[in-house]
Amino acid sequence: MVGLTHYLVLAFLLFLVGLYGVLTRRNAIGVLMGLELMFNAVNINLVAFSRSSNFSPASQAAGQVFAVFILAVAAAEAAVGLAIVVCLYRNSGSIQVDEADKLKG
Amino acid sequence: MKQTILFYIFSALLLISALLAVRLRNIFHAALFLIAAFVAVSGIFLTLDAELLAGLQVLISVGAVSVLILFAIMLTHRLYDTSRAAFNGQEVTAAFLGAVMLVLSILVLTSAPWPASWGARIPLLDLAGALLRDFALPFELTSVLLLAACVGALFLARKEER
Repeated sequence: MVGLTHYLVLAFLLFLVGLYGVLTRRNAIGVLMGLELMFNAVNINLVAFSRSSNFSPASQAAGQVFAVFILAVAAAEAAVGLAIVVCLYRNSGSIQVDEADKLKG
Repeated sequence: MKQTILFYIFSALLLISALLAVRLRNIFHAALFLIAAFVAVSGIFLTLDAELLAGLQVLISVGAVSVLILFAIMLTHRLYDTSRAAFNGQEVTAAFLGAVMLVLSILVLTSAPWPASWGARIPLLDLAGALLRDFALPFELTSVLLLAACVGALFLARKEER
């Protein structure tokens, strides 16, 4: 039988893979993709905890409601983030994160 | 038993496609594997009896967010330009950081007294009640957030008038 720890370890591995993507990609869209993976890892954690046995039914439902809110926030983040990427591309012709240093002066 | 098998199948699918999504040089192929990872996460939700979230994951992440990402790649990137490096040369540092965090957290995760058994599955009616009664204010605020994000994205991505 798969227990809570299995899900927690899986979510943590997914979170680290996303973090690795955020730290190593040069493409801004690649960085956003890493962020999406990290959002999903957090959602797996919330849903797994909401199913475990020592919570009241009301707080069990709250775990899944929080996951729904995170999905909505992730969608909003993706829309605004990708709009910023398109804007950056139009202004500087490149979306490599290490070339976007206009604010450095 | 069925849950165990499905859990391992979806976990393997999830981790392999997530690794490909962060490691592939071609960003378009990486985005396709990101979609596979989203589908696998939806499968993981199904093994936890969270059907509503699995459906929402397919609708929002697989349906909307990934299409947005694919369009952004096609709008901004020279797809088969391999002359530019895809990674910033800090792979070893990032992998080392990840490995240290992994070891530390597995030590904590396996020693903590987590509840050993699963509770009853959450009825959809309870979920709807929580969403529309207990969390009614955050629910409405989310719609304001989505409207603000929609207007903001349009404003940022529109063409400048000269």
